[in-house]
Amino acid sequence: MRWLGSGTVYLQMQKVSVLLFLAWVCLLFYAGIALFTSGFLLTRLELTNHSSCQEPPGPGSLPWGHRGQPGACWMAAQFSRVVLVLIDALRFDFAQPQRSHGSGEPPASLPFLGKLGSLQRILETEPHRARLYRAQVDPPTTTMQRLKALTTGSLPTFVDAGSNFASHAIVEDNLIKQLNSAGRRIVFMGDDTWKALFPGAFSQAFFFPSFNTRDLHTVDNGILEHLYPTMDSGEWDVLIAHFLGVDHCGHRHGPHHPEMAKKLSQMDQVIQGLVERLENDTLLVVAGDHGMTVSGDHGGDSELEVSAALFLYSPTALFPSTPPEEPEVIPQISLVPTLALLLGLPIPFGNIGEVIAELFSGGKDSQPLSSALAQASALHINAQQVSRFLHTYSAATQDFHVEELRRLQNLFSKASADYQWLLKNPQGAEETLKAVTAELQQFLRGARAVCIEFWARFSLVRMAGGAALLAAACFLCMLASQWATSPAFPFYSLLLMPVAWGVTGAVVCAGLLATTGLKLDAVVLAAVAAVGSLLPFLWKAWAGWGPRRPLTSLLPIPRPILLLLLIRLAAFFSDSFVVAEAKATPFLLGSLILLLVVQLHWEGQMLPPKLLTIPRLGSSAPTGLPRHSGTYALRLGVGLLLCTRLAGLFHRCPEETPACHSSPWLNPLASMVGGRAKNLWYGACVGALVALLAAVRLWLRHYGNLKSPEPPVLFVRWGLPLMALGTAAYWALASGAEEAPPRLRALVAGASAVLPRAVVGLAAAGLVLLLWRPVTVLVKAGASAPRTRTVLTPFSGPPTSQADLDYVVPQIYRHMQEEFRGRLERTRSEGPLTVAAYQLGSVYSAAMVTALTLLAFPLLLLHTERISLVFLLLFLQSFLLLHLLAAGIPVPRPGPFTVPWQAVSAWALMATQTFYSTGHQPVFPAIHWHAAFVGFPEGHGSSTWLPALLVGANTFASHLLFAVGCPLLLLWPFLCESQGPKRRQHPPGHEAEAKVRPEEEEEEEPLMEMRLREAPHHFNAALLQLGLKYLFVLGVQILACVLAASILRRHLMVWKVFAPKFIFEALGFIVSSVGLLLGIALVMRVDGAVSSWFRQLVLSQQR
Amino acid sequence: MHKLSVTQGSTMKNTDIRRLFYAHLLCVLSVILSTFVPSFFLESFSILETHLTWLGICSVSVTAVNLVLYLVVKPNVSSKRSSSSHKVARFLKCCIYFLMSCFSFHVIFVLYGAPLIELVLETFLFAVILSTFTTVPCLCLLGPNLKAWLRVFSRNGVSSIWENSLQITTIASFIGAWLGAFPIPLDWGRPWQVWPISCTLGATFGYVAGLVLSPLWIYRNRKQLTYKNN
Ligand SMILES: [Zn+2]
Ligand SMILES: [Zn+2]
Repeated sequence: MRWLGSGTVYLQMQKVSVLLFLAWVCLLFYAGIALFTSGFLLTRLELTNHSSCQEPPGPGSLPWGHRGQPGACWMAAQFSRVVLVLIDALRFDFAQPQRSHGSGEPPASLPFLGKLGSLQRILETEPHRARLYRAQVDPPTTTMQRLKALTTGSLPTFVDAGSNFASHAIVEDNLIKQLNSAGRRIVFMGDDTWKALFPGAFSQAFFFPSFNTRDLHTVDNGILEHLYPTMDSGEWDVLIAHFLGVDHCGHRHGPHHPEMAKKLSQMDQVIQGLVERLENDTLLVVAGDHGMTVSGDHGGDSELEVSAALFLYSPTALFPSTPPEEPEVIPQISLVPTLALLLGLPIPFGNIGEVIAELFSGGKDSQPLSSALAQASALHINAQQVSRFLHTYSAATQDFHVEELRRLQNLFSKASADYQWLLKNPQGAEETLKAVTAELQQFLRGARAVCIEFWARFSLVRMAGGAALLAAACFLCMLASQWATSPAFPFYSLLLMPVAWGVTGAVVCAGLLATTGLKLDAVVLAAVAAVGSLLPFLWKAWAGWGPRRPLTSLLPIPRPILLLLLIRLAAFFSDSFVVAEAKATPFLLGSLILLLVVQLHWEGQMLPPKLLTIPRLGSSAPTGLPRHSGTYALRLGVGLLLCTRLAGLFHRCPEETPACHSSPWLNPLASMVGGRAKNLWYGACVGALVALLAAVRLWLRHYGNLKSPEPPVLFVRWGLPLMALGTAAYWALASGAEEAPPRLRALVAGASAVLPRAVVGLAAAGLVLLLWRPVTVLVKAGASAPRTRTVLTPFSGPPTSQADLDYVVPQIYRHMQEEFRGRLERTRSEGPLTVAAYQLGSVYSAAMVTALTLLAFPLLLLHTERISLVFLLLFLQSFLLLHLLAAGIPVPRPGPFTVPWQAVSAWALMATQTFYSTGHQPVFPAIHWHAAFVGFPEGHGSSTWLPALLVGANTFASHLLFAVGCPLLLLWPFLCESQGPKRRQHPPGHEAEAKVRPEEEEEEEPLMEMRLREAPHHFNAALLQLGLKYLFVLGVQILACVLAASILRRHLMVWKVFAPKFIFEALGFIVSSVGLLLGIALVMRVDGAVSSWFRQLVLSQQR
Repeated sequence: MHKLSVTQGSTMKNTDIRRLFYAHLLCVLSVILSTFVPSFFLESFSILETHLTWLGICSVSVTAVNLVLYLVVKPNVSSKRSSSSHKVARFLKCCIYFLMSCFSFHVIFVLYGAPLIELVLETFLFAVILSTFTTVPCLCLLGPNLKAWLRVFSRNGVSSIWENSLQITTIASFIGAWLGAFPIPLDWGRPWQVWPISCTLGATFGYVAGLVLSPLWIYRNRKQLTYKNN
């Protein structure tokens, strides 16, 4: 192979280095995302095991053999009924008794102090019946997380691995579940979060919306309307009332507002009323789920947020002693095992709380020794249950340190042995009893500490590190994208250096960690490697860049685009805007489009030559004279706006806006009643498919790429219609499956499994064909006609280097065009010529468009039928946008080629807009789970990666399509050049004559995409720049998400809005970056194939 | 001789700027009056409660002031003599242009996400008020002449301080209306966050800001500004 001269190798290396460099930048982003995620998203494995009455938590007989008694499980019930009053955000000091200040100190005048007077009165007058605790809450201090904790006794985290994302229902063992299985009647009133958490668990429920934090009274008044009547009716065993007024007052006014005093006084009356109605067998619990900060918010882990009030009251004497001066501090989840044992229920399986021992002492009058023994036995059951949980959990994951576990295990064994010994020798061992109690408590606290350490800590260091890494990666993208097009861009050193440094950094770090014996953390290692490779790059960039150019050129984004980007980024910091992003993105996109049109007009760049370049398939194709050229961009813009608006009709509502109605068009056709409408819709969907297909074929034919006998072209001709047919047939089956006669049911089921797989298989086959022979050029015998020789005469042998080849290629190309021209002239002697002969000029875009179409079909199949209209709009929209963008970009003659920022920004905005218009929302309940069953109507059995892949492809379809199609932004202006240069030669007045093209202009024939081949170095640099710019725009989005999530980690909506948004944005980024790499790789593959094609052509002529 | 003409030009410019300033002051006054005067005649009139009434009144008064200014100041002294029938035709053409601009603004709002069927009247009145702030001054100054409009709104296309200020106020009105859309999704629950109130208010503020700022801007940059025809 003489052909692989040094130049070719050089260029090949350059291509590879571009790809590797982009991959390295992606890895930097991934490392940043992973580091942030490990600090922000607390994870824990959810176990589905349940405690049951029949199964004691550990070996050994249960104390006093209560199992025979009705209503008793692990222990005898002390109360048959309980009233649980949850006052949202009831901070400890809201309930703290105000002592009379003897020293003449003025009484505190803060509005929230001392307003719960009834608590104070009860504590003073009935010290053996009531107790106030300072409950220590585990972050995150958001209501839903706290409710999970208050019922399961565990530490809730954001991602409870294994939980069902489609709903918030708690799958772990919890108090409500235990109450239900014990047959107790639960009546609930208040915050509707409980409805999502415990669907169908209540015998009677009055839910009120919790979303509107400006409304202080609806929930509370609603509860009060039902509370006393329900209580008097007696048809309940457990009564739960969840008041929201205090929390909402905090969010709206803050705690230091007179309104808070009113709200707390109202709560005081509620408690007063309940205490009066309480019967002897009933326990009253008043609890806050969390506290609030000085500003009234919560979610984080500050002292004010994590201290909540917990008040217990029983009409019968419960406590042996009087309350201590300063209320005791206990973990809030202590309530769970305590309530379970007091009510005679098994403790929930995953509980790690410790019972409040003094409640089990048997009241004021019991013997001190038996009281202490009763406390020890409650603690022992609790410890057995926690030990069982730790055992099960550590068998399922590797979360805990082995030594820690062993230490705890030893502690438990010793305490248990001592306890058993105590049971056998009950007399006179007061000292042993104390020791056993202390040991059991030590074990329980140790176990809880271990769990907290591994589950419930925001790691601010990691979050900040991740954000910094992302910011640095964005900065690098900006820097390198500016630098890439300069001729002095050092490809090799840039590629090799970061990788080498990264590997070195990783190895050194791993060595250090290994020698010091610390546990290796892959995330930290990746981050260290990323920083290790980033720093030398930045240093080198600084050295190569800093002195020569001013710093202002580091911010090269044009100001209006920068403003638009900033608005978009600022929107990530407002939960309202995140929720409304489905509307805000089209608005911003529309603004950008109009800005482009206006800018074109303002600059006077609406050049007449652009007029005739628009192919004939768009509805807005201009046919008139060039004086309309001024409205060309305007029409493109209006068309784009229209498409955007139409796509916006397919929107799905976020759950936060109850007034909004999701589009009915997102439902599958099968859910429609009414055969006629269904048939019409089916027709429309198939019409959209056919239109999409026809548009792509027309486009390919327009640029002459449908003529060659190459396999991909044959596939486009025959395979694509087959795929459309398969899709249409699948839709017909899916929408009419219910109506099929019983005999055909099996056939229908089989076909609905086979058809989607066949379409996907066809698409894959098409892609493989495209990768194998990407050059869709018709080689005619005429190409080696004598005139070609004249072109090539400067060469006295085969070209020996890429430089020679690059010189030859455009000449061959020009000559081929002449040939085709001549042939066409002969066949069609009159009328204006089409550009059908320029197939080599569109060879890259043809491959891209074919690949995108092939990708779109399987993705389309994963959506409901009517989304096909959105896909059609998507293609039309990107087509119009590309034309609009191309209208503003003059084709640079020799290079360097650049992709403007507005193009990349508009592309990214459009990807986001399509994400929403295909019926998605960045929240877990909105995921299209049905996509997992396309092609697998019977489900997947135990495999999880395939359904995850299908659902992921459905969710991130728009990200993938737009990322793969990204190189079109670079290619399209060249495509639009097709008649440009010729026009420019005519003064504006002579357009009419220009139709009759003089023959002597053939040397000025447009090279279109062959211009890129004229300057392969610039081509590679432009691809690199394109990739970096797109990564920058996406990367800044993820950076904004990260910053929003970490700054607003105390926000009410952090787990409902910001965290899911971050997860979707991060996954979208990963999909987009992979798609981008694939798209750029495809262009490079085509480039390589074109090179070898020319080589063969030249070789054949040499013979 | 040369020097003399320069000073003459600059004084002419200064008087022109003063006239422009007073004319703009009158327009601002008309907007302000339209918000306060009607409450003397109409019961329970307020911008937010009876927004549509205010829109109509504001639109009418601004249009009237613009027309009066056009008749009094005559910024573009056309040399062409024109018959009365010609004038009537011209006026009718202006009306048609105004209606066209209202409808096209309405279409653009819908394309930008305004509801298609609900609140049609509100959307249309927003289009009317935006046309009043943008199209009416254009019609007064440039006449129903699309080519002149396109010239004024392109780089280096203005040929007098009147056109320059027209450019500034129009762009300011558009930007105000655009910015007015941003508070709508926020959950503050204010009465002015409803479509299209925030946008109309934004457009009004933008218009007033443009009216106030454009003479100041022109005055500050009077040295650099050179017009082809002046
Ligand atoms: Zn809460
Ligand atoms: Zn709250």
